[in-house]
Amino acid sequence: MLKLTINGQEIEVPKGTMLLSACQQAGADIPTFCYDPDLKLAGSCRMCVVEVEGRRNLLASCVTPCENNMVVSTESDRTTEARKVILELLLARHKVECMTCEKVGMCKLQDYCYRYGVKDSRFAGEKGHFAMEDPNPFIERDYDKCIMCTRCVRACEEITGAQAINVKERGHHAKISTIFDGKLADSTCVFCGQCIMVCPVGALTSKVSMGKGRSMEYDRVLTTCTYCGTGCTLELNVKDDQVVGVTSNRDATYSPVNKGALCVKGRFGWDFIHSPERLTTPLIKENGQFRPASWEEAMDFAANKLKAIKEKDGPDSIAMFSSARVTNEENYLAQKMMRAAIGTNNVDHCARL
Amino acid sequence: MAEEQRVILEYADKIDPKKADDYIKVGGYKGLEKARSMDRKALIDEVKKSGLRGRGGAGFNAGMKWSFVPIKDEDRYVVCNFDEGEPGTYKDRIICEKNAQALLEGMAICGAAIASKQGYIYCRGEYPFVVKMLREAIKSAKDSGALGDFDIEVRMGAGAYVCGEETALIESIEGHRGEPRFKPPFPGVAGLWAQPTVVNNVETFACLPYIMTNGADWFAGIGAAKYPGTKVLTLTGDVENATYFEVPTNYMLRDVVYKLGGGVKGGKKFKAVQVGGTSGAFIPEQNLDTQIDFDSMSAIGAALGSGAVFVMDETRDIVDIVTRISKFFEHESCGKCNPCREGTWRCREIMEKINAGKASQKDIDNLMLLSRVMKNAALCGLGQAAPIPIDSTLEHFGYEYSRKIV
Repeated sequence: MLKLTINGQEIEVPKGTMLLSACQQAGADIPTFCYDPDLKLAGSCRMCVVEVEGRRNLLASCVTPCENNMVVSTESDRTTEARKVILELLLARHKVECMTCEKVGMCKLQDYCYRYGVKDSRFAGEKGHFAMEDPNPFIERDYDKCIMCTRCVRACEEITGAQAINVKERGHHAKISTIFDGKLADSTCVFCGQCIMVCPVGALTSKVSMGKGRSMEYDRVLTTCTYCGTGCTLELNVKDDQVVGVTSNRDATYSPVNKGALCVKGRFGWDFIHSPERLTTPLIKENGQFRPASWEEAMDFAANKLKAIKEKDGPDSIAMFSSARVTNEENYLAQKMMRAAIGTNNVDHCARL
Repeated sequence: MAEEQRVILEYADKIDPKKADDYIKVGGYKGLEKARSMDRKALIDEVKKSGLRGRGGAGFNAGMKWSFVPIKDEDRYVVCNFDEGEPGTYKDRIICEKNAQALLEGMAICGAAIASKQGYIYCRGEYPFVVKMLREAIKSAKDSGALGDFDIEVRMGAGAYVCGEETALIESIEGHRGEPRFKPPFPGVAGLWAQPTVVNNVETFACLPYIMTNGADWFAGIGAAKYPGTKVLTLTGDVENATYFEVPTNYMLRDVVYKLGGGVKGGKKFKAVQVGGTSGAFIPEQNLDTQIDFDSMSAIGAALGSGAVFVMDETRDIVDIVTRISKFFEHESCGKCNPCREGTWRCREIMEKINAGKASQKDIDNLMLLSRVMKNAALCGLGQAAPIPIDSTLEHFGYEYSRKIV
């Protein structure tokens, strides 16, 4: 065990613990942009710098392993000065359109500027010019709001494995880009939106949810995605009894299957929920016309028809084609119904196509 | 030149650096032979005892650096930092062009110390002719059998200054963007392809054959006690002799300018000298009586760095020069960390404003604040050192700023 003093408090941590974690254990709230517990460390935003006695420079706590007898201060004058200046530098390149930004309320840049009282930038000069049109239907890329934390790059590579984006150019010309600076649709992007999930600011947002409500306006309702049998946890954004978006809950307690990671369908394919064309009750066709029916009536109707067919033409005249949109357990029941109740092996599954 | 003490460059222009045999005739590869006959630990101790410190700029004890390399069942690499991107620095090119075999031998000695069979030379992209020469030199050394089973490959940079930073250099060899890694882990533990790696400068490696041949005590006895040996300096700017020199490390900076350099060009008056490349401090007349060794230079708030010596005469506009320097750093920042990516940009903006006579004291205050945060919080040496020319000129040449302030 290593002994450290953090903000005057003595604390013991196992060897290998990073300073950020030790500071958090000591109750310190350390601001971070590039740090993400599920991604490789970058150590690049420098917001998490802390002052360690005897060290000439401030240390980025997310990438500094604890050492015995370190005396750490997390909100010293030097650290807050550095954080304020970093925030001012980021504001100087940022388009600062908080009035219409989707991210309001969940934006780390906004939160930290509030926390450190940064109203405007002493370094305001030329702005960044990274805006681009990307006509894809899902992901809004507004790099004039980007703070270059590279979490999107790492999530794309490490969570999704798509490697669709990386950093292009150098210095303050550096920006997040697909290969040859093209559109996402022409890249290896699969539109999973993991980049949106990890973006700490408003640079990456969902086009599908755009203008439908911001974080303080909607409730978060956890549910399970119905698109396939994986069983990912979704966080429905519900405003006025309407689903206005899907976000990730990255807490493994609530999202044990996917830890917030989703695919394009789960994250963006929810507009059917309030579609007027959506079936909300079973329909039975009579004389060429559909009429609404109760579940009991529809089930009885289907069972009777199946029974009749089986009696007339035998069990092998019936086949079941089941779906990947239901769970493994439901698929198990489907084959059981065919084999045990109907008496046929005519059962197949869409995933085999 | 009587003032010089040539060790690495003793046989400059007298032997063909490409030919191992030429080098062997003047005593070459004897040091490697000796190193290989020694116990690994004893070899590292010998290098430690010599007091050899990194010649790239950081001044870290070479033997100490090697001793951090764990010897386990994995590959280890010897990497030579020949990126030489510091403006005004061309000593590594001179060493290669005059005595490339000493570099190869030095790398093989390091290989013997850390039980590595593979070396890489990362060469500045602007030196394609040196790459060609080095490849011939390596072939000659391999053919002569002098290198034994130690292989050396030359990799070329693509013109990024930041790739002189050892971890960015490693990233570049691996084929990634030239961006520095956070440290720890240091390359000695996890470097090239995450394997233990020693990265040393060309000049550091080139000292090793002579340390092995003449003994650690001999080397430790040359120049300054805490930074012994010789140093190759490259003079540029307003001096009569804008060329290279090899001097003992206790040589005085004033003598560099006035004896080796032959004084300020055209008989003009001296204004400032910047030592160690573009990230070095500007040194005024009153600090010229300083030894060039690492610690003496640090004591006056400067750095020996790579050994570049850039002399400015009385007619030079300091603010204009620093503005150009700030443009250089803006261009060379890799863009990874916030303080450097954004800071070098704003430094250049403010410097241009000052230089154009449009700035107020408030801009200077902001510049100083920015400089302090970059030094305190930037990820690598580039961002931490970029404001040094600004700070040192504000300190020593403040009047040049004041007269441009509105």
